[in-house]
Amino acid sequence: MFSFDLLFEAVLFGILLGCFYAAVSMGLSVSFGLLDVPHVAHPAIMVLGSYCTYVVAGWGLDPIVAGVVLMPAFFVLGILLYRFYYESFERRGTESGVRGLAFFFGVAFIIEVGLILAFGVDQRTVHAPYIGSSLALGDYRIPYRMLVAFGVALILTAALTVYLSRTFTGRAIKAVAQDEPALRLMGANPVRIKQWAFGIATGVSALAGAMLIIIGPVEPAMDRLYIGRTFCVVVLAGLGSMTGTLAAGLILGVVESIVLMMFGASWAPAVAFGLLLVVLGIRPQGLFGR
Amino acid sequence: MSQTEEHIMRQSRRRVLKTGAALAATASLPKFARAQSGPIKIGMSMPQTGSLGAGGQAALVALRLWVDDVNQRGGLLNRKVELIAYDDQTNPANVPAIYTKLLDIDKVDLLIAPYGTVPTAPVMPMVKQRGLLLMGNFSFQVNAKVQHDMWFNNAPWKDAASWSEGFIKAGLGANAKTIAILAADQEFAQNLANGARELAKQASLKAVYDQNYPPTTTDFSSLVRGIRAAKPEMVYVMSYPNDSVAIIRAVNEIGVGSQVQVLGGGMVGLQFTPIMTSLGSLLNGVLNYNSYVPGMNLPGIEDFLARYAKRAAEAKVDPLGFYLTPFNYAIGQMLEQAVNGTKSFDHKQLAAYLRKNEMKTVVGAIRFDNMGEWANPRVIQAQFRGVVDKDAEQFRQPGKQVVISPDAYKTGDVITPFEKARSAK
Repeated sequence: MFSFDLLFEAVLFGILLGCFYAAVSMGLSVSFGLLDVPHVAHPAIMVLGSYCTYVVAGWGLDPIVAGVVLMPAFFVLGILLYRFYYESFERRGTESGVRGLAFFFGVAFIIEVGLILAFGVDQRTVHAPYIGSSLALGDYRIPYRMLVAFGVALILTAALTVYLSRTFTGRAIKAVAQDEPALRLMGANPVRIKQWAFGIATGVSALAGAMLIIIGPVEPAMDRLYIGRTFCVVVLAGLGSMTGTLAAGLILGVVESIVLMMFGASWAPAVAFGLLLVVLGIRPQGLFGR
Repeated sequence: MSQTEEHIMRQSRRRVLKTGAALAATASLPKFARAQSGPIKIGMSMPQTGSLGAGGQAALVALRLWVDDVNQRGGLLNRKVELIAYDDQTNPANVPAIYTKLLDIDKVDLLIAPYGTVPTAPVMPMVKQRGLLLMGNFSFQVNAKVQHDMWFNNAPWKDAASWSEGFIKAGLGANAKTIAILAADQEFAQNLANGARELAKQASLKAVYDQNYPPTTTDFSSLVRGIRAAKPEMVYVMSYPNDSVAIIRAVNEIGVGSQVQVLGGGMVGLQFTPIMTSLGSLLNGVLNYNSYVPGMNLPGIEDFLARYAKRAAEAKVDPLGFYLTPFNYAIGQMLEQAVNGTKSFDHKQLAAYLRKNEMKTVVGAIRFDNMGEWANPRVIQAQFRGVVDKDAEQFRQPGKQVVISPDAYKTGDVITPFEKARSAK
């Protein structure tokens, strides 16, 4: 079954889905892409953000506003988390990567179990005027929730790109990713810079969590579904590139949508990850990596 | 060596010999004689987290209620009952190890299968090899290939035909000629989909869309758009809880076309109160399977559900528990009847009893066929009507899920097409 109408719609849905993937990967792009921290707990923190959004939205706030309100608290959580990681693993040098990986897996499990104890295993969802309805454009129907994800992803990308390239701290974050000893020679404290950046990554996860619960219901173990996908987006983009993350998310979303809609749906994950392998084979540094 | 030292040595040697003799005597006692005073252990793995976790936790509340009830009656053959349940995280890979632990380390006396087809499938070869009785727990066709003669599945279905007949019939009644099939790439959904394909073929329905989707699918807008483009008159969906919610949302947002007569059939999750409450009015018009809905007259079920509701509130699980919990309580009732009937815990004797006798339970009288499935299946196909948002209590009313089939429990006729049913009261 092929029609250009269907292909157009598949691309349209893919763009929206891709923006959502980019938005949920943005925090990881900072923590893993720029700081080289093996942050496998990123999706779990995002799910924590979803549950916090659920609680705050219960007080009558819009879920997106709730996500924004939660960002400072998550920023502080990120700072504390990085400090602990740094003192326990990174500062001790060798094998910090492997041990750090185990640490962040542990963090993910603790978050998951904590959420189960606090909320149970039932799915949680939020209500908003843009959830469950769609924009009708002739024969096309576009879910508003996907449009919201699209908008938030664009804003996040723009904000992070501007912040990282135009502000002193942003440039310092990029510098710490490129040459830490040089930054130290300039009189800046790389640990503080990394701590700040990790705080930003975690703060962004709160907003990503809000989007996650807008897109669909969440349950405590949902983070497992996103580990592969978010890492795939960040690696495909080229570590640390925000615009690259958006582009990689879009590519993944469009490919997945076309396969889901027009070919065998079972092939969607294989095609998406196959694409990653092909890109890395041709360009090991990722699409936008240097 | 002094005399005193020699005396002490002799004394301690005697003590060691005495202790050794006592231990040897204990060891030589028959196994049952040593265990007579201990509890009867019933072991199982249960999805308490993951996609089936919500159902699994509610089912455990029901099983524990039966354990308390049977212990109040003096236990099984005067031995207290103890339930050992481990979380398999809805991950079938964890299940064989859990059952090995239950059998070899915990030394359980009786086994119950985890809730669901996917977690149960890996344990079937093991119980067959060891010749053990296994009480099935809402599985679907897991014994079709293994053919274990000590398997008894407590679920109101038997085969794909018993599950899908009501749904297909409803579509055919509305003159549907085409069908779309959307199934999760999981054991349960695939078994059901294969049966549905066969039934559709027999009914001369043309499959205009037939897709299996991977369990990692996060958004179903693209798939629903694909269904819409195929213009089917029936949409048969076989999905797991998280997917069911996403599909219903996508159907509401994207639409499936005015030609669709019936939609639903095999969507797991639309029976769980938290999901029904969160979807609210989006459920209207969906015709889906169920195991029990209010209005069905089954002796003892109302009392069970009232007692369950109190415990569910404490355990923060499904407050209504219509779908799965009475069936789990019934598993306990069947084990109790079989043990009392045979005055034994021998698995072969228990299996023979379960095969020959009709079981009296809160979900009705049950007789098993030679494959260990219900001899008289009773899959409800019910249409959601007049459901409003954010109200769990509404589902206690009989009219919210109108039973279309089977005829013995019918409370109304199906409303078609799907678009019309969505606004029907």
